[in-house]
Amino acid sequence: MPRNEAHALGEQPAFSAALLDPDLPPPDGVIGPHGKAATKRFAVYRNNVTVSLINALADIFPVVAKLVGQDFFRDMARYFITRHPPRSALLFEYGHEFPEFLKDFEPVAKLPYLPDVARLERAWLDAFHAADAEPLMPETLGAMPQERLGDLVFTPHPGARIVQSDFAAVSIFSASREDRPLKGIQPLAAEDGLITRPFDTVQVRQLPAGAASFFEALTNGHTLGAAAALTLDSHPGFDLPSAISALLEAGIFTACHLENASSELPE
Amino acid sequence: MSQKSLIGASALAGAVAMALSGATLVATTGDAAAATEKCYGVAMAGKNDCAAGPGTTCAGTSTVDFQGNAWKTVDAGTCATMEIDGGRMGSLEPLDRDLPA
Amino acid sequence: MNRSAPSIPSAGDSRFPNAPLPPRAGAGLKADHIDAILADDYRIGFLEVHAENYMGDGGPAHRALAAIRAEFPLSVHGVGLSIGSQSGIDPDHLDRLARVVERYQPGMVSEHLAWSSHDAGYYNDLLPLPYNRQTLDRVVSHIVQVQDRLKRPILLENPSTYVAFEQSTMSETDFIREIARRAGCGLLLDVNNIFVSATNHGWKPMQYLRDFPLELVEEIHLAGHAEDTDDEGDMLLIDAHDRPVADAVWKLYEIVISQAGPLPTLVEWDNDVPDWPVLRREAMLADTILKRLGPASMLGSRHAAE
Repeated sequence: MPRNEAHALGEQPAFSAALLDPDLPPPDGVIGPHGKAATKRFAVYRNNVTVSLINALADIFPVVAKLVGQDFFRDMARYFITRHPPRSALLFEYGHEFPEFLKDFEPVAKLPYLPDVARLERAWLDAFHAADAEPLMPETLGAMPQERLGDLVFTPHPGARIVQSDFAAVSIFSASREDRPLKGIQPLAAEDGLITRPFDTVQVRQLPAGAASFFEALTNGHTLGAAAALTLDSHPGFDLPSAISALLEAGIFTACHLENASSELPE
Repeated sequence: MSQKSLIGASALAGAVAMALSGATLVATTGDAAAATEKCYGVAMAGKNDCAAGPGTTCAGTSTVDFQGNAWKTVDAGTCATMEIDGGRMGSLEPLDRDLPA
Repeated sequence: MNRSAPSIPSAGDSRFPNAPLPPRAGAGLKADHIDAILADDYRIGFLEVHAENYMGDGGPAHRALAAIRAEFPLSVHGVGLSIGSQSGIDPDHLDRLARVVERYQPGMVSEHLAWSSHDAGYYNDLLPLPYNRQTLDRVVSHIVQVQDRLKRPILLENPSTYVAFEQSTMSETDFIREIARRAGCGLLLDVNNIFVSATNHGWKPMQYLRDFPLELVEEIHLAGHAEDTDDEGDMLLIDAHDRPVADAVWKLYEIVISQAGPLPTLVEWDNDVPDWPVLRREAMLADTILKRLGPASMLGSRHAAE
């Protein structure tokens, strides 16, 4: 680009490009005192951007960092930020693309559980910042007319997330965050995780077979009857009473109503 | 949504009653809650700050990590402590491949 | 902690007492310090938070900040609005800032003379601007837009910078004075930033102070900086916020207070954050200077009466 054209565009496109590409020289017009060159001075900005983003990823994905080792993680994070710089000024929203990135990142191909562990970590932070809401109270469910329980529809809690994994992502996540040894975990055992924040504390649970499908169906607006039927179809041994207990205890939903109730109300 | 329930009303009522009575074993809490925070000292991951990043100015300029350089191995991480029968996808061999450009 | 947990107020209520920042020392709020601050016999003058860290919808961070706001004056300091951005203010981000301000009704709202977003990319740093007519017009119109949305004036902070631009045609102090005059905003004077930028660009800090419109300053920032060198081996100071305030910056601060009067003074410590008593000691030093020099200041104690 000719120099005067670059000036007409203003300084920020070139400045931005050079921040994340150390092979580029400092942008035109960037100088030190008395007009001297500013290579190392410009590097301060590169450093600030790069290191702060690597630190943010290490904060958000501490289990992934522990699994691969800090040095490896920081190199990998450095590579990630050049491919996926943040789009939001909120750093706690950074890294939503990280699980997918890990899936395709060849140097960690031998750790197939890594993307799901990262999904759990990202979901944990989403739950942490989610809107406050009172979880569904057992009395509310108990007060519903028994003969119409099949028509109940549930309102998801803003902090609830389900992560289904073909690997032992939940065991690995929990052990690592609680500083317990990973020895003995069978990484190839499929596990489903449930993340909720009924009040102030983020909780992570491992779900029994079928429960994840059941909760997903309810979250997607299926009635209690339909969700139970769908789940029993795919998981004949599904323990419905326990799943309903868990639903209340974990705070996956905030409210329930009869499917047709709203149409009976006046406008 | 008008899908007809395939589960009898009485079966559902029984399941809900059982759940509410506390008679169920909540089998879901096996590997339960991650770290519980105390009081207000909640660690916030991904904080915005207005300070310069710590460390030397070269941390943002190094290209050696990107190009033609052998990747550091991940065997320093805890992943190596998990073992799988037959060795498939188990504890890791050192990863020494180059980073794809 | 025996303190009873405050209830979570619902958004939109006018639930906090009006609390302007007092002309005392304040501290940048860190989650690790909250319990100690609430339990401390020493009552810090105010606390300041980075707006972006409270732009989530809910959760424990908000409950903690509500507990702090119920007991202390609060200042909301934005770090991501990118007021100097060529691609304009992100209206969604401005809405998020407005929500934080509505939620906590802070005594003060401030942002930086800097940019950090371009197009859709966010560069997590406070990046420098050339000082000329073009950037002046841009910054002024952005501040007007922000103040219109927030329905209150903001303070603009002088930056710490490591490079200059050939395209600059004005001094930093002239640039800032002109912005404040046209946009009708107040100023936040970061004394450490004066020292860092003056060292990095070969200015004289005292000359900068003489040229700066001190009468528009409503808040002071203090912080520690790190030392490095540039390509030629000349001193290059880094605005690291990772250590105590330097002696030279305390001296400069004394001069500011003796001229401008007692002003709310924030001690920032963002990296290698120490235990609360270490940060409190810095705040107490600032309190001592405010008490000693503020009343006899040239501009008088214009804020002390509030």
